[in-house]
Amino acid sequence: MEWINNLSAEQQFALFSLLKILVTVFAVVLPMVAYSVVAERRISAWIQDRVGPNRVGPWGLLQPAADGLKFILKEDFTPNYVRKVYFWLAPAISMVPALMTLAVIPFGTKIGNQNAVISDLNVGILYTFGIVSLSVYGIVLAGYASNSKYPFLGSIRSSAQMISYEIAMGMSVVPVFMLVGELNLTKVVEYQASGAWIIFKQPVAFVIFLIAAFAETNRLPFDMPESESELVGGYHTEYSSMKFALFFLGEYAAMIAVSAMMVVLFLGGWTLPFAGLNETAESLVMGLLQVGIFIGKLLLFMGLFIWVRWMLPRFRYDQLMDIGWKRFVPLALANIIMTAIYLYLTYKK
Amino acid sequence: MPKEVQRVKLSWWEKLYIPTFLNGFKVTLGHFFSFKKSKVYEEKNKDNKFKTTLNYPEELWTVPEGFRGAPYLVSDQEGATKCVSCQLCEFVCPPKAIRITPPGEDGEAAQREGAEKMPEDFEINMLRCIFCGFCEEVCPEQAIYLAKDYYEGYDEKLMNRDYAMTGTNREEMIFHKDKLLKRGGTHHDQIKKWEKKTREAKAQDTFPIDLPDKSKKN
Repeated sequence: MEWINNLSAEQQFALFSLLKILVTVFAVVLPMVAYSVVAERRISAWIQDRVGPNRVGPWGLLQPAADGLKFILKEDFTPNYVRKVYFWLAPAISMVPALMTLAVIPFGTKIGNQNAVISDLNVGILYTFGIVSLSVYGIVLAGYASNSKYPFLGSIRSSAQMISYEIAMGMSVVPVFMLVGELNLTKVVEYQASGAWIIFKQPVAFVIFLIAAFAETNRLPFDMPESESELVGGYHTEYSSMKFALFFLGEYAAMIAVSAMMVVLFLGGWTLPFAGLNETAESLVMGLLQVGIFIGKLLLFMGLFIWVRWMLPRFRYDQLMDIGWKRFVPLALANIIMTAIYLYLTYKK
Repeated sequence: MPKEVQRVKLSWWEKLYIPTFLNGFKVTLGHFFSFKKSKVYEEKNKDNKFKTTLNYPEELWTVPEGFRGAPYLVSDQEGATKCVSCQLCEFVCPPKAIRITPPGEDGEAAQREGAEKMPEDFEINMLRCIFCGFCEEVCPEQAIYLAKDYYEGYDEKLMNRDYAMTGTNREEMIFHKDKLLKRGGTHHDQIKKWEKKTREAKAQDTFPIDLPDKSKKN
């Protein structure tokens, strides 16, 4: 390992950043996406008194491999009435933002002597919201490019829904940063490591963020863009094969991204309030343990996402907009003002 | 007059959606942890912990009484072919799935004493068969049966169940006499029609007619 020490600081930074990106995306997130699809199918089956996919490998654990093979081997059908460039672009655009969000998520303290975050941005949360807003383009483009009525309706709904809920979501996290005094997500976790988790200080913000997260990721009870019973498949009606799979994976990757954000913002990230797990890791084992804690908390939210899908029916569209604009936006605003008053009253010079 | 539907007035607590959420959680949790045995398959599938799903190749379906499976030829308790090649089933068969090749004048003799003949070949095209059971109904010899489930001589390994017939080509799905007899197994002949007829025929060979019952008395 001599050659690593001989590299300049910039070269080391580039090397380790690349390594972190590759490991996070290909060794952690994509397998997690694949297995959350299996988890979704098994959990839904158990809730509905069925068995679920249990034939491929032990307990159906090799199902993602079979699914992937099926998606690759299927005919990639492009209808001749679509706008080809956008039609091809849309699946990629829906997948990429979800993965890019993960760049600023601190998933631990230190692994070896590297920070366990790909990019320690000072404007972390602004970057995240900026990227999350981009994910609406994938769906809108898919609906526009498909040039047929169901995808079009789905994408119109989706754009309205995602833009509406982004406002509530953005405003719900403002009190968090008022408490922390920083926009850097690493600092947010450090703030929680030294005290109570923000979920206990800002429960209203957490609830608004959680519900907005369901709407942002187009999950039931807010899956208007897809709504199979009315719009066939919504924005991905015309897609097949790997392009469809990219939408599918993008949805789950977005769920992982938003769960990671919730863990960082409200559930204390990689910390647990005992056994020295809320301090900077001294050894490699502790570092990895903290990453494990982070992933554990993340999986908790993934489980919630999956569970709620099989529990609640879809909202009517006007109800969805009603909740977004008439309930959550005022509530989030009130929460900001209450937090400001509290901070003003407790301010010490 | 249109009927006015009275909507239930929701309290503020119900409007919060929290009771609905909790109720939904209760229902789904209950189902998630319910491993009750299915009632339909209880006897055969004691290990089935789910309510509705039958893990098919491992767990088998209980075939109900009177199920009309694939038509097979049966042998009697002496192992003789019961079919006498009368071709009634061939005539009655609505989709014309059965084809019988009669033995002809110099054909092989019937395996049962007294019976005139037996088919040289007996084909059932399982792709044409509609499992109506007319052949079973019309057979004067009780030689063809629509199999229900397991039967004597059933090959467990082949898994060729009567309700799940498979094949890779058309030739394979045309069952010939030997295959039909093998799958059909034995069927105990209660009447022994031809044994009785043979006795009567033999009795008529001599004069005065020496009926078996009378000879016992003398």
